[in-house]
Amino acid sequence: MIRPRSALFALSLLLAPAAAQAAEVNLYTTREPGLLRPLTERFTAETGIQVNTVFVQGGLAERLAAEGSRSRADVAMVVDVGNLMELVDRDLAQPVRSGVLEGAIPANLRDPQGRWFALSTRARAIYASRERIPEAEAAKLTYEDLTDPRFKGRVCIRSGQHPYNTALFSHLIIEHGEPWLRDYLTKLKANLARRAAGGDREVARDIMAGICDVGVANTYYAGLMLSGRGGDEQKRWGEAVRVVLPANETAVNLTGAVVTRHAPNRAEAQRLLEFMVSPEAQTVYANANFENPVRPGTPTNPIVEGFGSLAPRDVSMPEVAARRTAVSRIVDEVGFDR
Amino acid sequence: MRFFRPGAAASVALVALPVVALVQAAMWGAGDLWPHLVRHVLPQAAVETALLLAGVGAVVAGVGAGTAWLVSCYRFPGRRVLSWALILPLALPTYVSAYAWLDVMHPAGPVQSGLRALLGLTDPRDIPLPEMRSLGGCVLVMGSVLYPYAYLAARAAFDTQGADLLRAGRSLGAGGWRLLRSVGLPMAWPAIAAGTTLALLETLNDVGAAEFLGVRTLTVSVYVTWITRSSLEGAAQIALALLVLVGLLLALDGWARARARGGQAVREMVRPDLAPLPAGRGLLAALLCAVPAFLGFVVPGGYLLWAAWRRVAEFGLPPALGAWIANSVLLSAICTALVLPSALLLASNARGDGRPERRGVLDRALLRLSMFGYALPGGIAAVGMIVVLGAMDEMTEGLARWVPALSGTVGAVVLAYYVRFLAVPAAGLDAAYLRIQPQVDWSARSLGAGPWKTLTRIHLPQLLPALSASALLVFLDAMKELPATLLLRPFNRETLATALYAEAARGTYEEGAVAALALVVVSLPVIILLATGGRSRKTPSIRGAQRDPVGPAKEHSP
Repeated sequence: MIRPRSALFALSLLLAPAAAQAAEVNLYTTREPGLLRPLTERFTAETGIQVNTVFVQGGLAERLAAEGSRSRADVAMVVDVGNLMELVDRDLAQPVRSGVLEGAIPANLRDPQGRWFALSTRARAIYASRERIPEAEAAKLTYEDLTDPRFKGRVCIRSGQHPYNTALFSHLIIEHGEPWLRDYLTKLKANLARRAAGGDREVARDIMAGICDVGVANTYYAGLMLSGRGGDEQKRWGEAVRVVLPANETAVNLTGAVVTRHAPNRAEAQRLLEFMVSPEAQTVYANANFENPVRPGTPTNPIVEGFGSLAPRDVSMPEVAARRTAVSRIVDEVGFDR
Repeated sequence: MRFFRPGAAASVALVALPVVALVQAAMWGAGDLWPHLVRHVLPQAAVETALLLAGVGAVVAGVGAGTAWLVSCYRFPGRRVLSWALILPLALPTYVSAYAWLDVMHPAGPVQSGLRALLGLTDPRDIPLPEMRSLGGCVLVMGSVLYPYAYLAARAAFDTQGADLLRAGRSLGAGGWRLLRSVGLPMAWPAIAAGTTLALLETLNDVGAAEFLGVRTLTVSVYVTWITRSSLEGAAQIALALLVLVGLLLALDGWARARARGGQAVREMVRPDLAPLPAGRGLLAALLCAVPAFLGFVVPGGYLLWAAWRRVAEFGLPPALGAWIANSVLLSAICTALVLPSALLLASNARGDGRPERRGVLDRALLRLSMFGYALPGGIAAVGMIVVLGAMDEMTEGLARWVPALSGTVGAVVLAYYVRFLAVPAAGLDAAYLRIQPQVDWSARSLGAGPWKTLTRIHLPQLLPALSASALLVFLDAMKELPATLLLRPFNRETLATALYAEAARGTYEEGAVAALALVVVSLPVIILLATGGRSRKTPSIRGAQRDPVGPAKEHSP
């Protein structure tokens, strides 16, 4: 009989660890693989190092921690500063000294001890209806304005517990303090047009559909929609909104990476990180996902350029991460998501 | 005496592994989050969860039992097609259905745009349609996808045991409501309860759909506590408290079954006669059966087809699609093959010698415990599993040369599936066992058959329909599984569910439409098998049951 045997063969293929490569690097990532593939393919073409990827969402840190010294992961790449700092705080990262990394990434976007490195940044922007908010008014909008009574029933935002929002609120708590944020979130909640749910793109779509007139969402969603890559329909959503970067106080989040504590392929891991901040890779970041490159002098995508110049708030990223527990508590207390 | 108990206990021990890990994690926590949670999070979450469960439960039991009743007992136009179309929603993961429904019902979507065009309106605010992002929307989405669990169970009950009773009822002049109320429901109640329980456990387990639609359930709170509040301890504590709720649900289910103990044994596997309906009522019956299939499958499935077609027309098929399909099918098949024997052991063990009052408390408890894996939020169960695997790998570290690490292998994923899905066949086989008369066992014993022989020669043939139905259900569930696959799978290996989620996670969920559609398409043959499996059962395959060795099955009051 052939059948049981061929089944067994298929099984053994599945169970067998990946065939030994000459050189490889293993990547745990919360970044969507479709986004990373163009980068990892170029890296392999350039260096001959094979990149093995597993895309994980919640639980990346738990998996690394549980696997401990037997983990095969070399690099962990995550979205959101809170997730990045968690890797460092739980001692899952190891320090890396690299002139290339230190030369390419501004000091405030990497750890002085080399345990984490930002690879791109993204602004938390205000989306305003082109149709219903005059340009002059839109251009002056700040996060604080969203609680103004004139926006009652006109604001859309995703869950207050989502990392993108907790990071934004962390920026605000650093500047204004806890009592202020409690008051802010209460008023913002009162202005919502619908439940705080869904994703960032729904903000643009809901504005287009007339459910709300202003909202909060990351810049790259507008970039993606306007590029037409999601189809004509989404282009219309993107065209319905004006992306506003609050002057001198835009809240910025980041994506970043660490070399894991027990990385079996440490040298390859470092090379991968160095590649990720090369001018070439940074250009891919800017154009494939409409993010802001960390490497000074790398041009942003023209669409993102059109949103205006980005002037981030002057805060320390680890501090933003440190405040998210307090923020999350306040989001609960004011019943923001209910 | 207790022939199957060691095997049953071993199966449950596997399910208990992640629970034990979570108990340990929960104990690390000082519990300092609780005052906050109790004050600001849990009461509202408990209310939302209770309302969601009540809503979904009512929809699932009502729609499932109602449509099963119509299809099993009446002849009406379109009955044959509807009899299997009603199962189709099983192919859709709830989170996919939620995305699709939100898109379809959105003011920018086809329904509202069409209505506006029809009514000559321009402002979307002029059509006050109910918002999908609400509890009601969530009940609609989950109920319309999950009712087939109750439909399948109720149909099995009506079709395998209903003929005689229904004939008797009809000859005594009962019809319509009366027949349903006094004959149909009491007869199928344990099956309906079992199906509804599975649907409710799945509801409790869901995060994707609820979170997307803005319903803050207890399970969503578990995730927020874990991810945003960075407290796995707190999350484990809530998850374990949730298990108490599950225990309650299971007890309710057990109570429902106990209530309907008498008279449900299989006498003959003959389907009920189909009563013809007058034209008007026939059309109404067809409509009543078409609506759930339409809401649960045609709307979200049609949306996927449209979205996928637009994707493929522009970008072609994803090159890795074949690999995704192969991985999904292979993993689901392995999981099904592992889960069934264990479930059979558990259900046989819980049956004892067939007499309800002689069933051991311990053996019943083992069966109930096996269901906990289904009720733990998938991601949390997966974290528990990761901790267990990590500990095991640590123990074998000294032997690394001979014992490969289990973490990050297909084995880890399969183990997680086992823990998650053992409940499905366990519940199905337990319900099927109730329909085998205890007298059958006694006769077998008195003729010298041991427990093994009784199982393989007497029970197994009678359980075959339930066994194959359970196998198909597990397979479908495993195909849709997301959180455990996502967290535990090896490098460079995607299933349809993870591939689709990778896009959805970015907010570009229409790009996942091709994978989602493939998931539905691959599941369809399985669903058709599930639907037609009953058809070949027209002639009784079990002579033992037919001949009725102990005499006619009258009220056997034990």
